[in-house]
Amino acid sequence: MNLTAPESLVFWMTLFFLIFFFLLAKYAWKPILKAVKERERSIEAAVDEAERVKQEMAKLKSDNEKLLQEARAQRDQILKEARELKEQMLQEARAEAEKQRAEELAKTKQILESERQAALKDIHQHVAKLTVEMAEKVLRNQLADKDKQEELIRKNLSELKLN
Amino acid sequence: MRKALLRAAFRIFVGLLLLSGPGIRAQESHAEQTGTGEAAAHKQHGQEIDAGEIVAHHTSDSHDYVVEIPFLLHKTIHLPVILWTDKGLSIFSSARFKGDNEGKVVVTDDKGNRFVRIHEVIYYADKVKPGEEVSALDFDKRPLDFSFTRNALAILFVFSLLLIVMYYTVRAYRNPKKLPKGIAGFIEPIVLFIRDDVAIPNIGKDKYERFMPYLLTVFFFILFSNLIGLIPFAPFGHNLTGNILITFVLAIFTFILTTINGNKHYWKEIFAPDIPKALWPIMIPIEILSMFTKPFALMVRLFANILAGHTIMISLVALIFIMGTVYVSPVSGLFVIFMSLIEIMVAFIQAYIFTVLSALFIGLAMHEPEEHHAHETAH
Repeated sequence: MNLTAPESLVFWMTLFFLIFFFLLAKYAWKPILKAVKERERSIEAAVDEAERVKQEMAKLKSDNEKLLQEARAQRDQILKEARELKEQMLQEARAEAEKQRAEELAKTKQILESERQAALKDIHQHVAKLTVEMAEKVLRNQLADKDKQEELIRKNLSELKLN
Repeated sequence: MRKALLRAAFRIFVGLLLLSGPGIRAQESHAEQTGTGEAAAHKQHGQEIDAGEIVAHHTSDSHDYVVEIPFLLHKTIHLPVILWTDKGLSIFSSARFKGDNEGKVVVTDDKGNRFVRIHEVIYYADKVKPGEEVSALDFDKRPLDFSFTRNALAILFVFSLLLIVMYYTVRAYRNPKKLPKGIAGFIEPIVLFIRDDVAIPNIGKDKYERFMPYLLTVFFFILFSNLIGLIPFAPFGHNLTGNILITFVLAIFTFILTTINGNKHYWKEIFAPDIPKALWPIMIPIEILSMFTKPFALMVRLFANILAGHTIMISLVALIFIMGTVYVSPVSGLFVIFMSLIEIMVAFIQAYIFTVLSALFIGLAMHEPEEHHAHETAH
């Protein structure tokens, strides 16, 4: 190392360093750092935005899920109600039918009863008429003979115990 | 690993030197010798040459700038000599020394001053006796020299190149939302690296921005200088960061920044450290010394690393001529290629180390000790 006049190089180095330091700082480092920072900021903003959208999407999705679940529950509910209603209606119909049948039966029975009563009445009357006719015929037959008349009267009279 | 490689290369080199024995003998015929070691060696083919002289010549500053492209161009540009003499400013072309470096040519300027040049230093011809040993530090024997030397030109060249590169980089940012293309794609990751891995961790997120321009300027100046120094022909091939005066100026800037930004805590640690008062007579001088050793280490580390690289490369080439046989040239060539690759790595590493240590020193000077207060309240 051959140290030549030290003041020369120190002088020029200091001078050039200071001049170019200010030039570079103003026209190179500041714009570069600013641009880099700006870009970083915009990237950061974009990432934040993406994150926000992602969260919103997730929220929407969960909302959809919830809605779907609600719809499904509602459908189940409706189906269940319908089934119950059907059951109920069937039951009601059956009960109604039962009741009607019972009523019908009761009416029929009543009609039958009244018919039977009527028939019985008829028969009674008929039998009574027949009996009277028969009795008339028998009596007429027996009363045709005078002796027999008298015997009958006697017999009846003897039977009658006059107190 | 780098050290080990360097050491291995150096050992081989020294071993070969020792083998060559009497081959290394100074030959004082460098008066007309100019240019790189290679060119000098060409001229001296078949003669004994002094590798040390070639290394010294290449790595030191000079008034003459040799523009050399092998086989194409060999031209010496004589740079202006600017002197502050007893009689005032004196400016003339270094061509007037006619390449003399032995004090044989006397130049008289218009004010009547008479100068001689010995080993690139200009002395008053009347104050130096012929054959006397003089050094650049004999300020009474020489005028103050502000010559625009080879290295001064190189500084201008490196900074201009840096400015041009940065001009094209900034142009790429017209649309700030687009990713940088071209040269900016190379510069931006480095800028971001300096910001995110050098400035912010060492100085702190709230204060780093003020120091970014300085750190970036220093980093890119050192990187460009290192890389340009590895290209062995004009207009490149300067040994800037391997010159202790350049690293001295850089270290001084770091020292100034550290000192003016030092906070109360920084000065308290130096002049009133938290140790028993009995130890103050020992500690305070050490602390004051450490203020200066930090930038001193910065200065020497960069200078020594780059100078060592240049020295080894020139020596490897000189080896061919020291051994005096052409059969060494493949060995030298391979070693030079190998070393060049290592030196590219060193160029980046040293630029990084200087920057990161500058940031660290500035950060330490501005450091506010939070855990210290917690410690005190706990008592």
